[in-house]
Amino acid sequence: MKSRWSEKWIYWVFRITTYFIILTISWIIFDIVIKGLPVISWEFLFAAPREGGTKGGIFPAIVGTLCLVLGTILIALPLGMLSAVYLSEYAKPGRFTRAIRLAIVTLAGVPSIVFGLFGLGLFVIFFNFGTSILAGILTLACMILPTIIVSSEESLRAVPLGLREGSLALGATKWQTIYKNVLPYSVSGMLTGSILGVGRVAGETAPILLTVAAFFLPKLPGSIFDQVMVLPYHLYILATQHHEMDLVRPLQYGTALVLIALVLGINIFAIFLRSHFRKKYKW
Amino acid sequence: MEVKIKVENLNFYYGPTQALFEVDMEIPACQVTALIGPSGCGKSTFLRTLNRMNDIIENTRQQGRVIIDGRDIYKNGIDVVGLRKTVGMVFQKSNPFPKSIFENVCYGPRIHGTRDRQVLAEIAENSLVRANLWDEVKDRLEASALALSGGQQQRLCIARALAINPDIILMDEPASALDPRSTAKVEDLIGELRKKYTIVIVTHNMQQAARVSDFTGFFYEGRLIEFGRTQKIFTQPDQKQTENYITGRFG
Repeated sequence: MKSRWSEKWIYWVFRITTYFIILTISWIIFDIVIKGLPVISWEFLFAAPREGGTKGGIFPAIVGTLCLVLGTILIALPLGMLSAVYLSEYAKPGRFTRAIRLAIVTLAGVPSIVFGLFGLGLFVIFFNFGTSILAGILTLACMILPTIIVSSEESLRAVPLGLREGSLALGATKWQTIYKNVLPYSVSGMLTGSILGVGRVAGETAPILLTVAAFFLPKLPGSIFDQVMVLPYHLYILATQHHEMDLVRPLQYGTALVLIALVLGINIFAIFLRSHFRKKYKW
Repeated sequence: MEVKIKVENLNFYYGPTQALFEVDMEIPACQVTALIGPSGCGKSTFLRTLNRMNDIIENTRQQGRVIIDGRDIYKNGIDVVGLRKTVGMVFQKSNPFPKSIFENVCYGPRIHGTRDRQVLAEIAENSLVRANLWDEVKDRLEASALALSGGQQQRLCIARALAINPDIILMDEPASALDPRSTAKVEDLIGELRKKYTIVIVTHNMQQAARVSDFTGFFYEGRLIEFGRTQKIFTQPDQKQTENYITGRFG
């Protein structure tokens, strides 16, 4: 009798917890959509800000964020995938490999502001890239690398040993086996995990604050050595640093909505990519 | 009778654990040799030393010699890729690649540099015919190999091994996961393949060993207890242990 009662009780604890989480998220999104939607217009999306950000749009910030996301993918994805292949396929288990793994996990837990300071020191000052897109991209790439490596390694491990053995037994070399009979089946998982991680990059503020973000720069970047405006930092300024708070309040919500939509878009793209590859290689 | 594989004083270790003890065996060419014994007796380990598949397991080492066509395959500088081209392998759990039937059979030839579509198509047909699978799949070569039944998948794996034209085919319990009809088909196939290939097959099923093989080796606790003509091993074995195992008194 007692066990049946606790079964019921536990069921409701789990259920209510889940509802609570869903409710909180819905509330946040609902609030932003309701208050942000009225400001969204052609001009808001595709024009530069005017009069200190109280009028006009956020186009430069959207472009800046897209630049950072794409650049980060371009740099972090190949690096992360290659090291994942090394760790999962080539590295011999031992103290050295364990140390590398530990370093990666630790790196994933480092606060993003620390990455920002690191980027400022190494890329902005030491390499003399200045406050620029390049410095920002490299900083974000460092930050996202652990996520990419871990998720890529997981999808490599998911490929059954039998497929590797089958290939090796046919006289394939190790690299041929990896290239023809492991990577094709794991690349979808690698990409999906990585892009979901990159979605986080779009919303990060601390690392770009010190390396790339411009306070107010109502034009598009000309090269990777330019500063840009970015959505999260723009949002931060509108919310806390602006002198005409009441004027820009609706713009804050509009910016937040655009940022959320962008991250959602990246995630939907990742999901689409996964289903595409799944269809191609069915287990 | 010509000896195809000569094993001399082979010891094998997984880390500190010795799995094979001083195995000597002469496997004759173009015959079917069955390896029997209880689980964990080392017969699969032994099979995998013949194409150096144990190389991919960390922390293993071996002593002694395995001589195939007069060459010691464990000597320094031996070409493992070339070795595995000569010594094909079929695994216990059929492992078709998640590609089309055609691409599965052509995987080996492609790896070894065959590009011409016409040549590949001929190899595919030839191999599938020899594996008794052609009639069942000829109309759907582009279909996924994973859509085949378990028995068909295993014959596809045999076809895939045949496509690189090996001399020797190692089979690790190839029918253990198959139903009786599929098993019979695989056994028939082994009977046909013996004309051209040297076959070494590990099996748990003693009736199977008796049905398909010409020679039988009985392993127990990492040692080769007895090796000889299947008929003799199954009717009048020299060793008491062999007799006990075959009559079902242990294992």
